[in-house]
Amino acid sequence: MRWTGVCAYTALLPERGVCALVEGGQVAVFRLHDGSVRAVGNHDPASGVNVLSRGIVGTRGDVPTVASPLFKHVYDLTTGRCLDDGAYAVPVVPVRVRDGRVELGSAA
Amino acid sequence: MRLVVVGNGPVGQRLVDAVRERDSDRRWQITVLAEERYPAYDRVALTSYLGGRTAAELGVVPAGCYDDRDAVLHLGDPAAAIDRAARTVTTAAGRVVGYDALVLATGSAPFVPPLPGADLPGCFVYRTLDDLDAIRRCMAWARTGIVVGGGLLGLEAVGALHGMGLDTQVVEMAPRLMPVQVDEAGGHVLRRHIEALHVTVHTGTRTERIEPAGRGLRLVVAGGEPLEADLLVFSAGVRPRDALARDAGLARGPRGGVLVDAACRTADDAVYAVGECAAVDGMTYGLVAPGFAMAEVVADRLLGGPAQFPGADMSTKLKLLGVDVASFGDAHAATPGALELVYSDQVAGTYAKLVVTDDARVLLGGILVGDASAYASLRPLVGAELGGPPERLLLPAGLTGATPDLPAAAQVCSCHAVTRADLVTAIRTGGLRDVAAVKACTRAGTGCGSCVPLLKRVLTECGVTPSRALCEHFDHSRAELFDIVRVTGIRTFSQLVAAHGRGRGCDLCKPMVASILASLGGGPILAGEQAALQDTNDHFLANIQKDGTYSVVPRIPGGEITPERLIVIGEVARDFGLYTKITGGQRIDLFGARVEQLPAIWRRLTDAGMESGHAYGKALRTVKSCVGQTWCRYGVQDSTTLAIDLELRYRGLRAPHKLKGGVSGCARECAEARGKDFGIIATEAGWNLYLGGNGGFTPRHAELFAPDLDTGSLVRTLDRFLMYYVRTADRLQRTAAWIEAMDGGLDQLRRVIVDDVLGICADLDAAMAAHVASYRDEWADTLADPERVGRFVSFVNAPAEHDGGVAFVTERGQPRPARPGERVLIDLEVVRR
Repeated sequence: MRWTGVCAYTALLPERGVCALVEGGQVAVFRLHDGSVRAVGNHDPASGVNVLSRGIVGTRGDVPTVASPLFKHVYDLTTGRCLDDGAYAVPVVPVRVRDGRVELGSAA
Repeated sequence: MRLVVVGNGPVGQRLVDAVRERDSDRRWQITVLAEERYPAYDRVALTSYLGGRTAAELGVVPAGCYDDRDAVLHLGDPAAAIDRAARTVTTAAGRVVGYDALVLATGSAPFVPPLPGADLPGCFVYRTLDDLDAIRRCMAWARTGIVVGGGLLGLEAVGALHGMGLDTQVVEMAPRLMPVQVDEAGGHVLRRHIEALHVTVHTGTRTERIEPAGRGLRLVVAGGEPLEADLLVFSAGVRPRDALARDAGLARGPRGGVLVDAACRTADDAVYAVGECAAVDGMTYGLVAPGFAMAEVVADRLLGGPAQFPGADMSTKLKLLGVDVASFGDAHAATPGALELVYSDQVAGTYAKLVVTDDARVLLGGILVGDASAYASLRPLVGAELGGPPERLLLPAGLTGATPDLPAAAQVCSCHAVTRADLVTAIRTGGLRDVAAVKACTRAGTGCGSCVPLLKRVLTECGVTPSRALCEHFDHSRAELFDIVRVTGIRTFSQLVAAHGRGRGCDLCKPMVASILASLGGGPILAGEQAALQDTNDHFLANIQKDGTYSVVPRIPGGEITPERLIVIGEVARDFGLYTKITGGQRIDLFGARVEQLPAIWRRLTDAGMESGHAYGKALRTVKSCVGQTWCRYGVQDSTTLAIDLELRYRGLRAPHKLKGGVSGCARECAEARGKDFGIIATEAGWNLYLGGNGGFTPRHAELFAPDLDTGSLVRTLDRFLMYYVRTADRLQRTAAWIEAMDGGLDQLRRVIVDDVLGICADLDAAMAAHVASYRDEWADTLADPERVGRFVSFVNAPAEHDGGVAFVTERGQPRPARPGERVLIDLEVVRR
C-alpha cells in the first residue's frame, strides 16, 4: 500500500467532506462525528457527476452515510454500497491520519 | 332517444354524469338547457368566489363532458315552456327541443320577503355567481351591510360580507340564529361566537319595510330603531322553482316543488324532477346530497333500473364564520318520549346535546355548537344501540377518555354511502396506508369531507399509524422540533439529536434543523457546527446544477435595477463565461460557475452593492412588482416601493420552503401576485392582501385574506403570517398546503394572526422584529472570513485545479453543459492536443 498525503486533518470539518485529486481520479474524504475518517470515490454513479464530497454526512441505523447532493442517493461510507438502489456502489478508498495529515492509500 | 335536462346546477350536472356513466351504449342523446352563463359550479362553495376563486375553479363539469354530439349544453337560454302533448320544450330564445324523457332540475330561488322597498338598488340575493358579482361591484364603495335571515344561508352571507371587510349586521325573525338546526341554548352559544366577531345580531326582529337612506338603505323594523347600511342581502331561505311544471299542468307538493314519486317521476311518465325543485312524495330537500341521490335514481330509471329514492339524512355539519355547527337525526327531540342530555361549557363556548330514546339505549340525534369534532363519530351511531351510558359520548374526550365504538355497518361517509366495514376491507385488502389512499380507493371523504377525522380513526383501528416523524432520527414533526428548540434554548444539532433524537442525522433532518436554528437567531448559517448541516446549496451559497456547477442570483429587490448594476452583472457573466437567463421572479440567474469561482464572482457583485438573493435557500426569494402608480396610467398605488420594502424586510428569512411575494399596482395584476405565497393588489383605499398562492406542481391562486389595508397593517399582518408559517409548517410545505392542512383553514389563520385567539401575536411580532434587526448579507460575511473563503475549492490538495468532468459547448452565443455525445468529441479533442 502506497500512502499519499492530501491535506491536514484540521482542514476537514466534522461531518463534512472535501475532494482530493489523486492519481486515478477524484476521492471524497469525510471526517465523521467520532473524529474518524472515510474515503470513497467522488463520482456519484446515480447522477454521473463528481459531487459526493459535497453531500450531507449522517447515519442510517449504525452505518455512516453520505447523501448525494443531486438526487439524494445515500451511500454507506464503510462499504460504498448505495442504500437506496442496489444497482449503484462507489469504490472505497483506504484512508488514515498520520502526524496530523490525511493520507489516501493505493495498491503498491 | 332524446333526454332533455332543464337546469345545469350541481344536481342537473350529476344527472348527466350518472347517465353517461351508465349508458355505455349511448342510448340517450342529452340536451341541457341552462339559465346561467356558467356551466354547473359548486354552489356550496359559493362564498369562496368572493375570496378569489374563479368560476372555472368552482366548476363541477368533468372535462370533455359536452365535447361530443351526444351531450349538448346551451348556456344562458332557460326553458320557458313545456308542451307535454308534443313532448317539446321551448326556450326563452325560441329554441324548440323534443324529448323522450325530460328531467327538471331547476333548483330553487332565494326567498325575498314581500316587503315594500325590497327591490331597491342595493338589495341583493345570494345564490348565483351573477348575484355575487353584483354584490362585489357594490362592495367597491360599501362599508356596511345587513343580512336579512339568520339561518344557514343567512350566516353564510354574513360570513361573506364580514370576510370582505364590511361592518355587518344580521336580522332574524325567529328568536334565535339557525332555528332549524339548533335549539335555544345552542343558538345562544352560536350568537356569542358571532358577536365576538363584531357582527351585530338582531333576533326576534321583523322587518317592515326598506327605504332609501342617502346612498344606502334604511331597514325599518317592528318595535325598534331602524337599521342602516350601504347594502342589504336577503338570505332567508329558498323556494322550489316549480313554475315551469305548474304551467305544464303538473301537480305541486303541499309546500311547493314538483310533485314526484319515489322514482322521482311526475304523474307524466316522461317527466322527472330532481334536486331542490322536486317534492319527493311531497317532501322538498334543501341540501345538495339528497339532490345527488335523486339524480342517481333518475339515471338508473332512464336505463331501465328499479332505483327508488330512499329518503335522506338531513344531518348537517358546517363551519360558519369559523364556528362549528352540527345538527343530526332528531335534533329537536320530536320522537315521543325522547330524552335530552346536554353538556355546555360557557368558558370554551361549546354546546352539545344528544337526543336518546326513553330508555337511553338508542341515539336519535343531536346538536353540536362551537366544537363539532364529535359529529363524525356520532352521526353514524344514530339508530344504533349505544351499549353503554350515553353521557360518555357527550363529555369531551379528555373527561372520559372514551370514544364511541363504531358498528361495522355504521355509515362513515354518508355522501358516498361507505360503511366502516367497507373501509376496513379496503384498508386491509388494498394495503392502504393513509387518508389520501383511502379517499382514492373508496371515495369516502371526497364529498363534504366531514368524515375525514373518522377515516384517520378507522386507519388507526386497522393498525395503520400515520407517522408524523420526519426521518429515523427524530419522532417529531417540524413544528414540534421548532417548539423544542425554542423552549429549551438548544442551539446545536448535536445537542438536539442527543437529547431528542438518535443517530447523527441525515439529508432530511439536518438542513431542517439548520433552518429552525437560523429562524431562532442561531447566527450565520455557516458558523460553527451549522455549516455541516447545510446542503450543498446553502453551504456554497449557490444553486447546484445537473453537472455539479452552480448558479448565482444576486438580489434585485422588486425587480428594480440600476443600469450600473445591470452592467456589472453583464460584465461578471462575460468574464466568468456564465450562461445568463432572466428568471420568473424578475432577477438574473448566472449559470455554470465552479465552486472556486464563486468567491471571485461575489467579490465583484458585492463591490457593486449587490447581495445574496437566497435563490439557494428555503427562504424568501423575490417580491415581484409592476411599475405601479409611478409610471403606469392605471396604477393606484406605488407597488414598486412596497415590493422593495417587503423584499428587504424579509430577505434572509429561513422558512420550511421557499417563499415568494408579489405586489400589483392595480387590479390588472401585472405582477401575478396571486400566484405567490403572499400577493398584494393595490386598491383605491389601500392594499388587498392575498395569501397562499403558488405556481409549481399544483398551481394555486392566493385567496383574499384582508381588503383595503393601510401599509402599516399590511406589514404587521404579513410579519405574523410569515412567522407563524415558519414556526408551524411541515418541512417542504408551501403556504397553500399549510393553510389547507390547518383545521379551519384561512378563517383559523385569521383568528390566530388577526384576532390573536392564541395570544401569540406579540411574540410573532417580536420574532420578526428580531429577524429584521439581525439580517446580514451571507455573501459579504463569507467574503470577510478567509477561513470560509478557503472552503471554496474543488480539490483540497490542488486549489488551482478544477473538475475535468465539467464541459461546456456553445449554443446561441452562450455556454451550456455538454450532452453525453458531445462530451466524447470534446475528450477526443483534448487527447489529440
